[in-house]
Amino acid sequence: MAATEIDMRPMSLPAESSATPKAMPIAMSVRDLRASYGAASVLKDVNLEVRERTVTAIIGPSGCGKSTLIRCLNRMHEAIPGATCDGDILLGDRNALALDPVLLRREVGMVFQRPNPFPTMTIAQNVAAGLVLNGVCDHAVLAETVEKSLRRAALWDEVKDKLDAPGVGLSGGQQQRLCIARALAVEPRVLLLDEPCSALDPIATGRIEELLLQIKDQLTVVIVTHNMQQAARVSEYTVFMLMGEMVEYGLTRQMFTKPTDKRTEDYITGRFG
Amino acid sequence: MVTAVFDRARRVPGSRERAGDLLFRLTISGVAGIILLAAGALAWQLARESASTWKSFGLAFLWTSTWDPVSDVFGVLPFLYGTAVSSLLALLIAVPLGVGAAIFLTELAPKRLADILMFAIELLAAVPSVILGLMGIFILVPGMRALGAPYGVGMLTAGLILAFMVLPYITTITREVLLTVPRPLKEAMYALGGTRWEVVRGVSLPYARSGIVGAVFLSLGRALGETMAVTMVIGNTPKISASLLAPGYSMAAVIANELAEAASDAHLSALVAIGLTLMVVTIVVNGAARLMLYRLGSRK
Repeated sequence: MAATEIDMRPMSLPAESSATPKAMPIAMSVRDLRASYGAASVLKDVNLEVRERTVTAIIGPSGCGKSTLIRCLNRMHEAIPGATCDGDILLGDRNALALDPVLLRREVGMVFQRPNPFPTMTIAQNVAAGLVLNGVCDHAVLAETVEKSLRRAALWDEVKDKLDAPGVGLSGGQQQRLCIARALAVEPRVLLLDEPCSALDPIATGRIEELLLQIKDQLTVVIVTHNMQQAARVSEYTVFMLMGEMVEYGLTRQMFTKPTDKRTEDYITGRFG
Repeated sequence: MVTAVFDRARRVPGSRERAGDLLFRLTISGVAGIILLAAGALAWQLARESASTWKSFGLAFLWTSTWDPVSDVFGVLPFLYGTAVSSLLALLIAVPLGVGAAIFLTELAPKRLADILMFAIELLAAVPSVILGLMGIFILVPGMRALGAPYGVGMLTAGLILAFMVLPYITTITREVLLTVPRPLKEAMYALGGTRWEVVRGVSLPYARSGIVGAVFLSLGRALGETMAVTMVIGNTPKISASLLAPGYSMAAVIANELAEAASDAHLSALVAIGLTLMVVTIVVNGAARLMLYRLGSRK
């Protein structure tokens, strides 16, 4: 593994995201989305457009509803007993809330806060899990996809000699990249990441950020993060959420230099949160 | 310096405490020792009482299928066969049912329904086996006959009753282990586009497998030793038949039925020999279960 340069500059914007992105077509849009757990309302009329092949970061203090928002996008929110959502979510021009959630999730993949490789499966089996669900059983195809996905997740060189070792034997950062490879293997159009680095050290975090910048050429990425520097480093667009409300949404560069809302300014300058 | 201070702090009240410690240790060891002693005494007594049988038949007792108290010829094979076959039949029926019920209770049933069903299942575990035997005689046996079984009583009937008895164990334990499957793992499979069944098959069952294997062996141990319900429906005929509908006999049942009426010393000794065999079989099954759980556990 070549020594990786990790960009730890606080608040400065790396070259990748400083150029004004071309306006890409819209991959997903959210209109008047409300979500609640039982009687507790957690999202209030959120409107959002996620552009294709860009990274959109969702930031905000704990409990602001950013995880709930991202979990609505692939309808994992509904999997929690008592959780409901209404409004419109469009994937391209299809209504995501009317699709079969099983089919939607094959197009909108997700990586979770804590690395969660399947403990009874090997590294290769973990990556292939989604393909096997889709009925792929040709060994050559599986092996090829496993390699390709692990390469895209920048993990191949570290695990190519131990593909049959258990996935849980890897380090935390490797496990998280394994989970990313697993999500990428089914070729989703959108990849959602729910605070993917919150359980990782800065070096592992740096690797994941690097890999996000690589894969965004091929798919749309939405990342929830606690870490504003991370949002600044990896995203073109940023959404700022507060108490279930979307306060501001715009180009990351703009939001971190000239926020339009006072609350955004207070948050990104560290006056609260 | 510091350690010396600590050492002294530990030693000063130590001399008095050490006597108390010793007393405590001896008492606890004694209590634990009683358990070992009781188990050892039991085995020794069984071996001693059955010595004359082992002397006259040797290990051939284990594969002789004649049971003739009148001419004092004894072999345990028909009973060994009956115990093994009825218990395995019970598992064959109860494992799919119990695991299926546990999946329904954890993954599909609304919480309130699951609570009511769990209560009912736990109640089932508390039914005395003689009551289940009565149910067997009054419902199962006529039912089997109506379905075309020649006698109604027999190996399959015993297997059904035993399945009924172990079902609550398998369901309850499987449900407990399924409830321990971490939510993030299930979510990972859902997020890949897994259906509910795919999540159960791909994540929950593999995660819970060692617990399920444990439940199966616990049930097997229970079924092997079950006496009353089996005696009431197995037919009590010391014969090995190919047909599962034919009457048979089990080790526990023959001891319960004949011990009080054993006329000769040889008969009594043979019954105790059956008891010893049963005990060894149960210990071997339990040991195998432990070993298997240990292997499964260490692989993870």
